[in-house]
Amino acid sequence: MSILVNKDTKVIVQGFTGKEGTFHAQQCMDYGTNIVGGVTPNKGGMTHLGKPVFNTVEEAVKATGANVSLIFVPPAFVADAVMEAADAGIDLAVIITEGAPVRDMMYAKMYATKKGMKTIGPNCPGVITAEECKIGIMPGFIFKKGNVGLISKSGTLTYEAANQVCNEGLGITTAVGIGGDPIIGLSYKELLQMFEDDPETEAIVMIGEIGGDLEIQAAKFIKENIKKPVVAFIAGQTAPKGKRMGHAGAIISGGSGTAAEKMAALEEAGVKVVKSPAEIGKAVREVLS
Amino acid sequence: MNIHEYQAKEIFRKYGVPTPRGGVAFSGPEARKVAEELGGDLWVVKAQIHAGGRGKAGGVKLARSLDEVEKFAEELIGTTLVTHQTGPEGKEVKKVYIEEGADIKSEYYLGMVLDRALEMPVMMASTEGGMEIEEVAAKTPEKIIKVAIDPTIGFQGFHARKLAFGLGLGKDEQKEFIKFASALYNVYMDNDAEMIEINPLIKTGDGKFLALDAKMGFDDNALYRHPDISDMRDLDEEEPTEIEAKKYGLSYIKLDGDVGCMVNGAGLAMATMDIIKHEGGEPANFLDVGGGANPDTVAKGFEIILSDPNVKSIFVNIFGGIVRCDRIANGILQATQKVEVNVPVVVRLDGTNAKEAAEILRNANIKNIIPAENLEDGAKKAVAAAKGEA
Repeated sequence: MSILVNKDTKVIVQGFTGKEGTFHAQQCMDYGTNIVGGVTPNKGGMTHLGKPVFNTVEEAVKATGANVSLIFVPPAFVADAVMEAADAGIDLAVIITEGAPVRDMMYAKMYATKKGMKTIGPNCPGVITAEECKIGIMPGFIFKKGNVGLISKSGTLTYEAANQVCNEGLGITTAVGIGGDPIIGLSYKELLQMFEDDPETEAIVMIGEIGGDLEIQAAKFIKENIKKPVVAFIAGQTAPKGKRMGHAGAIISGGSGTAAEKMAALEEAGVKVVKSPAEIGKAVREVLS
Repeated sequence: MNIHEYQAKEIFRKYGVPTPRGGVAFSGPEARKVAEELGGDLWVVKAQIHAGGRGKAGGVKLARSLDEVEKFAEELIGTTLVTHQTGPEGKEVKKVYIEEGADIKSEYYLGMVLDRALEMPVMMASTEGGMEIEEVAAKTPEKIIKVAIDPTIGFQGFHARKLAFGLGLGKDEQKEFIKFASALYNVYMDNDAEMIEINPLIKTGDGKFLALDAKMGFDDNALYRHPDISDMRDLDEEEPTEIEAKKYGLSYIKLDGDVGCMVNGAGLAMATMDIIKHEGGEPANFLDVGGGANPDTVAKGFEIILSDPNVKSIFVNIFGGIVRCDRIANGILQATQKVEVNVPVVVRLDGTNAKEAAEILRNANIKNIIPAENLEDGAKKAVAAAKGEA
């Protein structure tokens, strides 16, 4: 078992024939991901990387039975791509694209939710179930199979954490990069619950950072719903007050954007919070023994 | 991206959000001319910088004659204003905004921002106009009225009424306020604003609402579709090294410590700062070289870090995923030939081809380069090097 994706997942790539789409689709296929085709408007009928290309997501789904879409389209078109996937009945869209306007994602997320489609990202490394299915841009070889679930806002810090866990002789069930944008798809709460329900996952690593209050919400959720041990690290303990955060932003989060507050809330919820990012692996070993 | 008060008010007027009349000036005589054209016998001369707290810092002056307008403008332009938002170094005033005086009957606060938890914009109002809104939120949160606005239905009457009743407005004032608030909603949505703040929003003697101040920030990711707003960017308001870094796809923020950092990925870059502090040092900067670290970007990164005279050591912390570590190691070697690096550089490369990378660095045998085993080892060595213990 694992969460969200596994070796039976059928994946299409939106933005399949572009430079990024081509490179990463090939990497995913090399990892063993079942990529069944791709979508690039006006290139329908072509074959790319040995897979069929379709003009629309609807056609791709009909022909291949795909249930997950990996999205690489440029930022100006990403909301359109997400909504097209939702409209075509895709179950999960993994949005790698960086730089999507917030307003666009606001509408795209609302429509996805209405259509019952889950989203991951944007501006994220994607999702990987170790040694089964990689849907994203992470270096697959770091993720050895094991019993630790991983949720992270950051890309390279996900790799760092996974590497530490694996260096302890442990491994990963599924790792999800949720992205650091103001509006994101699946977040800590939903994923924590999925890992809680996954029989193979025995511990959960949660990596957060400053800004917003998702980690605070997660802490409340953990206290009430999560029985499995959780290890957390919050990046940005030394970050200066955000320049882009206006007064108004500070008010909404009720002053709860700092690393210190997030760490305190998580500790209070019984989470093992590490101060140093070098201690993630060791902490996981401790909570599992 | 943030803009100046006078620019925000230009946008407001386009959308029918009422503001006092005014104009921008870059010198005393220009300020006099603007005041003359405005007419009347009372003007406000306001320093234009991207920071709040200008009033308390002496950046806003009331002028009762054209001579005073000219005098105040001349005094303000060229001075460095220190407010609670500028930091101790302050910001130089390069222009002033001349505005007609207003008949203030009461002051309010009105703002809009994205609520990340609700995933929709909220409009906030308060009777505590002119006060720091964080202070109001901390001391008397019940005095802030918030309404979340689902963009699929837009700004409706009930949203506005909730705010108006919360502010205790009478029947006639409500009508004016509702017009004001719905125009403001359009400003926010149409322009991909990240934040709008009007503090104070005033009610005049004849029952009209006016935006006496205006602060606006925009979603950088959406600027491509607003060339008119992109043109409002004032590079004088940004750190020159940060602008330079951006040109090369690097994200740099200067801090006060002495251990320079060069990292790939924003999360790992923040974590690197944290571990330096954890090991007893102080980070000199945040620097994310992005996913495609290559010899050019690494060289530029060294150059920018070393432009800060406080830097005593540099910690290069790269987790190579798709980017191979051996290529980065070569990039570092090339960069040290391009840029004179006169402080110890601790290098930690992990991930794809990390062993080959370590080999390359060992063989190069450059005295300034100290290889590190892992994150912790690297941080310890970089902190020690900054203290002269390497």
